Amino acid sequence: MNLLQEAALVAGKDLRIEARSRVTAQQILPFGLVVLLLFAFALDPHRGDLTNVAPGLFWVTVLFGTLLAVGRAFSIEAENGARDGLRLSGLDSAALFLGKAGAVAVELAALEALLAVGVVILFNVGLGGVAPLVLATVAATVGLAATGTLYGVLAAGLRVRETLLPVLLLPVVAPVLLGATKAWEASISGASGDAWPWVTLLGIFAVLFTGIGMLAFGPLLEES
Amino acid sequence: MTLLNPRISRVLGLAALASLVALAVFGLFIAPPDAVQSDAQRLMYLHVPSAWIAYLAFGVTALSSALYLWRRTRSPVWDRLAGASAELGVLFTAMTLLMGSLWGRPVWGVWWAWDARLVTTAVLFFLYVGYLALRRVPAPLETRAKRCAIAALVAFVDVPIVHFSVDWWQTLHQQATVFTPSLNAHIHGVMAFTLWLGVLAFTLLYVYLLDKRYRLEALEEDLESKELAKAIEERVQGAGTTAPPEHVEVGVGR
Repeated sequence: MNLLQEAALVAGKDLRIEARSRVTAQQILPFGLVVLLLFAFALDPHRGDLTNVAPGLFWVTVLFGTLLAVGRAFSIEAENGARDGLRLSGLDSAALFLGKAGAVAVELAALEALLAVGVVILFNVGLGGVAPLVLATVAATVGLAATGTLYGVLAAGLRVRETLLPVLLLPVVAPVLLGATKAWEASISGASGDAWPWVTLLGIFAVLFTGIGMLAFGPLLEES
Repeated sequence: MTLLNPRISRVLGLAALASLVALAVFGLFIAPPDAVQSDAQRLMYLHVPSAWIAYLAFGVTALSSALYLWRRTRSPVWDRLAGASAELGVLFTAMTLLMGSLWGRPVWGVWWAWDARLVTTAVLFFLYVGYLALRRVPAPLETRAKRCAIAALVAFVDVPIVHFSVDWWQTLHQQATVFTPSLNAHIHGVMAFTLWLGVLAFTLLYVYLLDKRYRLEALEEDLESKELAKAIEERVQGAGTTAPPEHVEVGVGR
């Protein structure tokens, strides 16, 4: 089996667990929608601004969703000594990383699709400039899934993982929030040209942290 | 157990103290007030050196972490050094932000501005606050060291990306709102000297505190292992006199 096949095996396992347990569908996705509602309440005095700030709100919600998805991705490994199973599986640790991150990315993509519908309906946003919008979203999702999985395995098995993960992860992904928000703003306002530098930045972030994750996942899994 | 010879450390401490006193004298009395900002500008003598030392400290953390991860140079020395330096880095970053804020109020009229450098520094602060939180999580020493070394390097790699993105964000949207040209005006000779004195004083202070913090880290590790040894001894002795417990929970807290 090559690296990608092994990764697909791991991702398939995680997604199968999600499909059966429906934690993403019944907990993470509704959570995202609730957050959108709450934003509307919080910004009530300036309800007209919701359309303008929708990209930022969208991505903040995705960041929250990332925390939940990553926490979930490693809590399923905590039961029945599944982490030992992963360690002993003989799969390449880079493939394990890609598989775990891939499954998180798929879950995030589902969340993003739902939230996109949410901002269009609730915040009256017109999604224009499809190409940079989609590419920025893909790059940001890969970046978030990669950094999330990296910090997820770092915190896996620790008693304080739920509280530690946000404080570790959120500052690191600050550039993703910034870049994705700006790319969306530019795409939506029709100035697609302004979006491309941000798409590039998001792409660099995604590639860099996927690489670091593939290198570091093995040693971190050993220690978790 | 210590990084430096105790005598050198003492000399270093005295030198740091003396240079800080000299810095106070130069900064407050000898250096002339700024033409535009008058006395508020004197904060520069603390603000700029503490920012430089913060970067130096995080650089030392990254380097030590890399040296720890590299098998050939792996030693608990690098782990302690990385932790000690990161703590000082967070301290000096906090000082930079605090003094920058105090300086911004009279000069810009606001405590905080969404300037690229300010935002980058704030993110830097939180990156390493997270790292320090990770260091506090109890774990076997080697496990913790490896985990923290990786986290430190990831944070370090992220710094240029944060800087770049924030810089871009600002240049694309609001140009030169707060940094007026007067801030980059030519610097008076005595002012430059005072600034360099500040850098020297803060560097000495950094090295002195680093040594102390390193020693503290080593002592804490030592205490932990001694307490563990004592607890095991008590358990063994207890087992000799009374019936052994049927079920003993062994293992480090996870």
